[in-house]
Amino acid sequence: MVEPSPQYYYLRTTMSTITFPASGETFRQRATQEPAWVRRSLIGLALAFLTLFLFIPLISVFYEAFKKGAEVYFAAITDPDAVSAIKLTLTVAAIAVPLNLVFGVAAAWAIAKFEFRGKNLLITLIDLPFSVSPVVSGLIYVLVFGLQGWLGPWLAEHDMKIIFAVPGIVLATVFVTVPFIARELIPLMQAQGTEEEEAAVVLGASGWQTFYQITLPNIKWGLLYGAILCNARAMGEFGAVSVVSGHIRGSTNTMPLHVEILYNEYNFAAAFAVASLLALLALVTLALKTLIEFRNKQHQKSRGHE
Amino acid sequence: MNTFKQHSILPGFNLALGFTLLYLSLIVLIPLSAAFIRTAELTWPEFWSIVTTPRVVASYRLTFGASFAAACVNVVFGLLVAWVLVRYHFPGKKLVDALVDLPFALPTAVAGIALTALYAGNGWIGQFLEPLGIKVAFTPIGIFVALTFIGLPFVVRTVQPVLEDIESELEEAAATLGANRWQTFTRVIFPAIFPALMTGFALAFARAIGEYGSVIFIAGNMPMISEITPLLIVTKLEQYDYAGATALSVVMLVISFILLLIINLLQWWSRRRSTIT
Repeated sequence: MVEPSPQYYYLRTTMSTITFPASGETFRQRATQEPAWVRRSLIGLALAFLTLFLFIPLISVFYEAFKKGAEVYFAAITDPDAVSAIKLTLTVAAIAVPLNLVFGVAAAWAIAKFEFRGKNLLITLIDLPFSVSPVVSGLIYVLVFGLQGWLGPWLAEHDMKIIFAVPGIVLATVFVTVPFIARELIPLMQAQGTEEEEAAVVLGASGWQTFYQITLPNIKWGLLYGAILCNARAMGEFGAVSVVSGHIRGSTNTMPLHVEILYNEYNFAAAFAVASLLALLALVTLALKTLIEFRNKQHQKSRGHE
Repeated sequence: MNTFKQHSILPGFNLALGFTLLYLSLIVLIPLSAAFIRTAELTWPEFWSIVTTPRVVASYRLTFGASFAAACVNVVFGLLVAWVLVRYHFPGKKLVDALVDLPFALPTAVAGIALTALYAGNGWIGQFLEPLGIKVAFTPIGIFVALTFIGLPFVVRTVQPVLEDIESELEEAAATLGANRWQTFTRVIFPAIFPALMTGFALAFARAIGEYGSVIFIAGNMPMISEITPLLIVTKLEQYDYAGATALSVVMLVISFILLLIINLLQWWSRRRSTIT
């Protein structure tokens, strides 16, 4: 057998500089790779940009939060108004995420498992909230439920309040997070096809049995992934919630709105203390997201080896 | 069977589609239609005069100008970041890759106050810019900075997978035919990633136009100078000028829909391009 030429290894290997064991010297540059100085300056430039626009802002949140000491920090996050804001944010997410979870599964089941007309239009409609400005997302609910709105007079008559109250905050949050889980599940379930479910049905499983025992185990990671992203947005939404909330301290203030109030009162340490909790949430979200992506990659690899 | 749906033995289609349509109608479509129906109560000249007052036009100019500038910067640096993440190795690469999504995960209000603190005259970055006579916080430049932050992941995340999929054989062929690295990049790699780059640009631009939370803290919000259109909608709403707020939001919605259409076309183009090569 003929020994392949060094050039062969050269072209086969991607992305790593090859060193020849004999000399230990870096081999002459590959034809499909940039010179070392170009590589280093590109990496340097990219990292400088990311440092300026991502890392420094992130670090500054925690720095500003602790600038006046841990005491001020803990006082800020245990303040009754802050605690009620945290509770409201958790409540809103606890309602919005499950609602969109059910919607996401239903939409993905219809879209991925069946062929019907107007499917692409439906997918576009599901994505619609992503392209609407948060402020407009809040405003449309004021137009429906506000005092000047369609249902406003009727609601006032029956002593019900949606705008400037918790239901409005929930609705606006649900609106901005509608697409998250559905758009995660649709491509996943389309890729998985319908054979497994069809086999289950042929073997006599009911619809719900098929869903719980076949589909759900297949999509659970995608479901979790979508739910994590949905939750992050639900807890962090500002514009839409700000329009419908009325900013009543201790009652209709979510965490992001509380941050705004504290900031506008020049209570910067407290504003950043509450903001740091939200930044922590963002970091946890990114960590979980990366973990699931890593797990999926491993899973795909092990499937590929079967 | 009808022609609307192909036959399938799987159950639950009517329930799933019915629930999907009901939910979408109640949460998305009916509330959105409220903006259009309420605006239709205005006559055309009334509508036109509301959406073309000098203060409103100044806000369009600022919103579009800053969004365009931010999206352009994101195209250049997003491509650079995607390239570095796909092609090179360096310590901490995985961490950097994960953190690129930070602007998606970080609540916009948090980003807003953090950037404002950084770029204010006594902030970490602002203190170096102030002696040079550059004011960022509370000026249109601040808006540009916030929108750049918000749009950063879009270009990276649309270009990255396309760059990963480019076959090394193509570049090898180019090198064999005598192209240098720059020629290979401009003639082989760039055309392949161009649709993805444009999609990323459009996504970042669309997001920037509607952005509110991160901008209002850093903008200064002076009418005619540093007041973005979404803020103007909120201002009108707070003054109980429902007609004005609704008319402006219809303008924004129409622009969003046009952008959504363009993005869909770009993605279709991008997919077609990648299946050919």
